[in-house]
Amino acid sequence: MAKFNKNDDSLVVIIGSGAGGGTLGYELAKKGVKSVILEAGARHEIKDFSNDEWGMFGQISWLDKRTTSGDWRVATDFGGLPSWIVKAVGGSTVHWAGASLRFQDHEWKAKSNYGNVKGASLLDWPINGKEMAPYYAKAENEMGTTGTNGIERLPGNNNYKVFEAGAKKIGYKKVHTGNMSINSKPRDGRIACQQIGFCFQGCKSGAKWSTLYSSIPKGEKTGNLEVRPNSHVLRIEHDKSGKVTGVVYKDKDGNTQVQKARVVAVAGNSIESPRILLNSESNMFKNGLGNSSGEVGKNYMRHMTGSVYSIFEKPVYMYRGTTMAGIVQDESVHNPKRGFVGGYELETLSLGLPFMAAFLDPGQWGREFAGAMEKYDHMAGLWIVGEDMPQSSNRVTLSDQKDQYGMRAPNVHYSDHPNDIAMRSHAFKQARKMYNAVGATRVIETPPYPSTHNLGTNRMSAKAKDGVVNKHGQSWDVKNLFVSDGSQFTTGAAENPTLTIVALAIRQADYIAKQMSSKAI
Amino acid sequence: MRILDKKSVSRRSFLKGGTATALGLSIVGNLVLGKSSAWAASFNNIGGDDGATLVQMARDIFPHDHLADKYYAKVIEGYNAAAKKDAGLKKMIQSELKKINAASKAKYGRDYKNINRELERVNILKANTSSPLFSKLRGDLVTGLYNNQEVWPKFGYEGASADKGGYINRGYNDINWLEKA
Repeated sequence: MAKFNKNDDSLVVIIGSGAGGGTLGYELAKKGVKSVILEAGARHEIKDFSNDEWGMFGQISWLDKRTTSGDWRVATDFGGLPSWIVKAVGGSTVHWAGASLRFQDHEWKAKSNYGNVKGASLLDWPINGKEMAPYYAKAENEMGTTGTNGIERLPGNNNYKVFEAGAKKIGYKKVHTGNMSINSKPRDGRIACQQIGFCFQGCKSGAKWSTLYSSIPKGEKTGNLEVRPNSHVLRIEHDKSGKVTGVVYKDKDGNTQVQKARVVAVAGNSIESPRILLNSESNMFKNGLGNSSGEVGKNYMRHMTGSVYSIFEKPVYMYRGTTMAGIVQDESVHNPKRGFVGGYELETLSLGLPFMAAFLDPGQWGREFAGAMEKYDHMAGLWIVGEDMPQSSNRVTLSDQKDQYGMRAPNVHYSDHPNDIAMRSHAFKQARKMYNAVGATRVIETPPYPSTHNLGTNRMSAKAKDGVVNKHGQSWDVKNLFVSDGSQFTTGAAENPTLTIVALAIRQADYIAKQMSSKAI
Repeated sequence: MRILDKKSVSRRSFLKGGTATALGLSIVGNLVLGKSSAWAASFNNIGGDDGATLVQMARDIFPHDHLADKYYAKVIEGYNAAAKKDAGLKKMIQSELKKINAASKAKYGRDYKNINRELERVNILKANTSSPLFSKLRGDLVTGLYNNQEVWPKFGYEGASADKGGYINRGYNDINWLEKA
């Protein structure tokens, strides 16, 4: 395994080891480009995972100081926890559910296809589905996505069977167990899914793809990749010409270190990535690094979400088996006749009893709530994930409160757009119909959880004034600075974002390697 | 379909026979001792009356008739232990309970824990949801009650499964009551 010198200024320094950063490091390593990944969290291997919701939450979540504002209920119920993401090697690919869907062609061009939506800051992506197709194919092959590359889909569990029966009964056609980056058969040195459940707590069998035990060890084997855990980045430094030169971070002992760099790629998720750029303000970059457009931190998206839990006369035991292997795609189309632009997916979901108590209806108490909890074993559940509208007022800013290193903490402001509200209400109605069709005795609408899909705060744009990075995720202002995570998303589409983050990182690795070899950067 | 027996603990005990006597004794014990005096010993820092009131409040917040008091009392025992070192907590509990008992007396003529109807106790709680004690208790119960592994079987939740090989051979897809589409 490589161990690079902090004064080595020939390296690509990647901030974050999740879907974006972990993939970028691995792809560069395969090409012989040396990189070091600075990961804020610790390295927890599969043996360190436990089937314990709160235990794993405490062990791997990003729990540093954060504040919230806006009209979203998360700000009231979980004010210090705007997002539920991971601070550990592997990033949120440790706790993701595995859903791996390609964007639909029309979603790359949201502005052109949806038109002017009042209050929304829609843009077209500067890339399209055709350009992305080969990178999606590479990502699916790397991740072992079911339903692609001849890989058969996962078997459906009890929760799926209820979901499928209801969906088919009300006429949905595109119903299956999803395109999941969870092995249905042994593949790539990882075994097949054992239907453990607890996908969100780190996969104990390793059947689910994660950069932690997939891409990163493969990258490390090449000798071109070093992953440095417990390395919490504070800011990025630049020279007089405006090129970035290194990254300042705190090591595991709290000592300040500087890692020199030829190229810096930011992949710390959509709250930390803009925060690092904003905290890197200087005399040359007074509004934050790479922020001449003023767009850093703006257009924060989190998908239009919600859950529906339904109670039946007889037991379901929804928690047995894969958490999210089930999807209805009929509503993911753009059909404004429904009263909103864009679409949504319905995906099976279950929580264990401890998380159900916290998230079913936060803040509630009394017999109505307790009665639902008593039917926990008779519940079936689904999650709604749809395209939310980018709004420039939904944004990550620096708050006056400080984190454990004295750096300004991020504030996450989010309010639903009327389109988001119309879409959620449609989805709740459809889910209710599905479950009622198979005999639900009670249907509960659960509000959005702290965000797992954080997107858009360093968005890609065709023109420098509209966004933070170009079509390669390269900063408009600083040519050796890149953004490699979901924060570069121009719009969110209806699909779970990980596959697209991985595909973009594979594409970006090609570009960075070429730019480096031609000495453009 | 592999159905869980939600009363499995006591039934298994009876089937085995060995622990039936012990179980019988504890039932008798509870009948003999009044609630307040039963708690008095375990709530040495906050006091038996306040302890018993908090246990009743906890039950009224998340009322599960199939759960014994001990699962609610576990959270209150935590308060009792913390109150030993945390004078602020102790003071907050005492002053907030004083208010809740005063409200109970004003409306129903008796202390909170002596109001017999749940509906009436809930009315008192509803009028006091902004109390720091109420929000603390509700919040702490979310984990203190539902993350207690001892209650999981009573809700039909099996907890960890990886150590048992997951559910691949243990009923992940054994639902048998859905109508054929």
